[in-house]
Amino acid sequence: MALIDLANPTRFLRLVDRVLPWLAAATVIVFAVGLVQAMNAPDDYQQGATVKIMFLHVPAAWLGMMGWTLMSAAALGTLVWRHPLADVAGKAAAPLGAAFTFICLVTGSLWGRPTWGTYWVWDARLTSMLVLLLLYLGVIALYWTAEDPNRGARAAAVMTLVGALNLPIIKFSVDWWNTLHQPASILRMGGSAIDSSILIPLLVMALAFTLLFFTLHLAAMRNEILRRRVRTMQLMQAQALQEASA
Amino acid sequence: MMGSLGPHADFIIASYAVTAFVVAAMVAWVVLDHSALKRVLGDLEQQGVTRRSWRKDGA
Repeated sequence: MALIDLANPTRFLRLVDRVLPWLAAATVIVFAVGLVQAMNAPDDYQQGATVKIMFLHVPAAWLGMMGWTLMSAAALGTLVWRHPLADVAGKAAAPLGAAFTFICLVTGSLWGRPTWGTYWVWDARLTSMLVLLLLYLGVIALYWTAEDPNRGARAAAVMTLVGALNLPIIKFSVDWWNTLHQPASILRMGGSAIDSSILIPLLVMALAFTLLFFTLHLAAMRNEILRRRVRTMQLMQAQALQEASA
Repeated sequence: MMGSLGPHADFIIASYAVTAFVVAAMVAWVVLDHSALKRVLGDLEQQGVTRRSWRKDGA
């Protein structure tokens, strides 16, 4: 199957039906391995057992940002190439990205209380992450409240591309400003600053969360295609009933 | 397990509980949405509605 064939929603649905069970199984297996490793990981010499929150917080943060990156690519597909699945991909990713951003914020807050002594500070990293959540909610509202789905899709695509400006702000906020949040310790020049006994479980959990994201995203895209089919059929039914009564 | 998680066990358990709840909610949303959409599609097809054409005999 050529890549261009996936532009056809029916072929895409067939592919999703084939891939989804394997992806779901891989997600469960990698999560099981990751959780066992996370529970058996040693305590941090400074933070103690609270380092276990990192195995949720960091992957959720990455996926919150990856969700918006994916939506930005989909927005380009909607506005520039008018790819039939681009808008479907963007709309399906928004609630998932919002959920992972929410997990990041809540677990970060729960990690911050014992580590920093506070649940929340208005520093640049935390605030830009909260802005990301609000942007997600704004895009979801645009998608779900627009009377004309095509206009809603274009408006959401524009908002997504504008909101993408927040991504480098999130990433570099800890370098540009003096923040309570620590600077990057995994993806940084000179390699990771984390010991492998903690880094490996973290990477396995990140893989598990990524598999979960793509499993749910494919399933949500399938639902969105079906929702559009339902809408088309209901419009045709209403039109036919109107013609019959005229 | 509470003991092995140290003095901040509540925060760790709360983090995992919130994450589990949100992940379960996402999975439930996708699964329930899919079954509801399939049901509506099935009902429409039973009424003779197709995406390509409207069969008047099924109206």
